[in-house]
Amino acid sequence: MNLSPSKASQPALRYLLRVADTCLIHAQRLAEWCGHAPVLEEDIALTNIALDQIGQARAVFAHVAALEGAGRSEDDLAFLRIEREYLNPTLVELPRGDFAVTSLRNLFVATFQTLLWSALRDSKDSEVAAIAGKSIKEALYHQRHAADWCVRLGQGTEESQRRMSAALELLWPYVPELFESSAEDLEAVHTGLGPDWSSLEGEWRQEVQRVLDEAGLAPPAPSRFRSSGRLGRHSEHMGFLLAELQYLQRAVPEGRW
Amino acid sequence: MTEQKTEWPLWEVFVRSKAGLDHKHCGSLHAVDGKMAVQMARDVYTRRMEGVSIWVVRSDQIVASDPADKGMLFDPMEDKVYRHPTFFKLPDSVDHM
Repeated sequence: MNLSPSKASQPALRYLLRVADTCLIHAQRLAEWCGHAPVLEEDIALTNIALDQIGQARAVFAHVAALEGAGRSEDDLAFLRIEREYLNPTLVELPRGDFAVTSLRNLFVATFQTLLWSALRDSKDSEVAAIAGKSIKEALYHQRHAADWCVRLGQGTEESQRRMSAALELLWPYVPELFESSAEDLEAVHTGLGPDWSSLEGEWRQEVQRVLDEAGLAPPAPSRFRSSGRLGRHSEHMGFLLAELQYLQRAVPEGRW
Repeated sequence: MTEQKTEWPLWEVFVRSKAGLDHKHCGSLHAVDGKMAVQMARDVYTRRMEGVSIWVVRSDQIVASDPADKGMLFDPMEDKVYRHPTFFKLPDSVDHM
């Protein structure tokens, strides 16, 4: 079945925007490495991952635009919403940090996306299932690439271990937000659109723990801190990120290349 | 104090563009080990659908002929056209010969 525009509920659109925004904002941070990665080969690898993420975001934005039937394009959704309308978890908008922070975040996000796309392949929305079928292959590679780096850096020199530990301290508190359940999640389960994100937590923790064990890294104790990007309440970094992301589209509205 | 090596070893990359063809040398890259070299090769050399299989080999493991021996090694073949199987007619259905 393909959801017709009239059947697409607000919660369903928000659920899908959350998926697309996670890809888009993650891509924006990864793209910042272009020309700055530690070695040429990794520069290309990170940029490839960023482009994969943009491709995934585009596919979902285009689908949301069609379901919404409000005359907005994928570009409108990507570039012309205000900060509060972006629904990505805070994790992906945090500054790119050093290569350790980037590698660890890549691990967190890629592990999450392998589980999410894997589950979305069973979506009752055939378009979403098709996007997921294509994206899962990309996500599996991103996950392997990131896990590899985390292990190398964790087992590397004193300096790389120190930086990985610092990255883990920094990013770990932003993990629980990925797995919070919400009204959108419950409706997505009910309509068969996709999984409740909270259902992905067990496997995510198992896989990430496996990598951290191999890397010789231990996460800090859980904290009470809860980020809230998925609700549109972002960190102070998001405004700056959007200023850069949206600049061209706002300076040259509907510009074409 | 031991000198810290800052340069990763060089690897030669061979890519097979489709099943049935042979791997062709397409360039080189720096990587810590074979596992990383294959991943890097995937990202650097196959991002436009160039390949279905990758080989990497440490550049320092390649034993090469000496350019100074070129005359001795290769020139004698110049006048031996009879070694080319050009006198056979191949059926159209045989590709890649």
